[in-house]
Amino acid sequence: MIAQILAGNSQLFHELIRPYERRVYIMALSFLRNEADAEDAAQEAFLKAFRNLASFRGEAKFGTWLISITLNEARSRIRHRDTIKMESLDEPPDDQGHTLPALLRDWKEIPSEALERKEIRLLLQKAITALPLIYREVFQLRDIEQLSVNEAAAALGISIAAVKVRLHRARMMLQKKLAPELKQVAPKRRWFAWS
Amino acid sequence: MVIECKHVWAHISGYLDATLPPEVLEQVQKHLEHCEICSAILDSTRNILILTADERVFELPLGFSERLHARLEDEIRGLAP
Repeated sequence: MIAQILAGNSQLFHELIRPYERRVYIMALSFLRNEADAEDAAQEAFLKAFRNLASFRGEAKFGTWLISITLNEARSRIRHRDTIKMESLDEPPDDQGHTLPALLRDWKEIPSEALERKEIRLLLQKAITALPLIYREVFQLRDIEQLSVNEAAAALGISIAAVKVRLHRARMMLQKKLAPELKQVAPKRRWFAWS
Repeated sequence: MVIECKHVWAHISGYLDATLPPEVLEQVQKHLEHCEICSAILDSTRNILILTADERVFELPLGFSERLHARLEDEIRGLAP
């Protein structure tokens, strides 16, 4: 399809990107933490992909290439955003140690049906977007977009070891924040599927 | 070799990704068999990962797709000969 687009059938680009719309938007949102900015950045990323399609060599998957463009777009917006405090793209210097998990004696499985509740969705959204950027981006690529460790490392331009360390910290930070909160909002007895 | 809870916590991510070396995996599994706290940490982390990966957590804004394709169409027409 890419060859056909480059040969002049530009309309096919609409079809090419449909499977990636959500992924690109969520990636931008994860960085920019603002829906309007994320939508604009996502649109810009798709436009850049269209303009630069000839430079796509097919060495990476198209989706991974799109993610790299989105990452660059979102990062450059973060750098230039002057209305809010700039967020560091470097590892926070005071966070070299271990992230201790929330200690629990038991855990009752919270089923996916719980996501029908806005309250639960908001808790999850807030916890993810509150992660420092270097952890958020790794978590986003690995655990939300399901990229492999190698793909995430390539997209972010960091080592595989760094991906693993950051992913572990991100997961522990989320467990520490979310486990007590989810335990509190989870019902005492059992879950019923929403009809 | 018996390992302490804090060592198990350092391996939670590797355990979930099934990337632990066999000897470490065995130590972690032995620990989990008798430690309810580490088991609860592991279960809660796994559960949280399943929930956060669900598409319903972050949804596309209403009309996102229409606005995107309209902007793309303008771009495509602009570049067309």
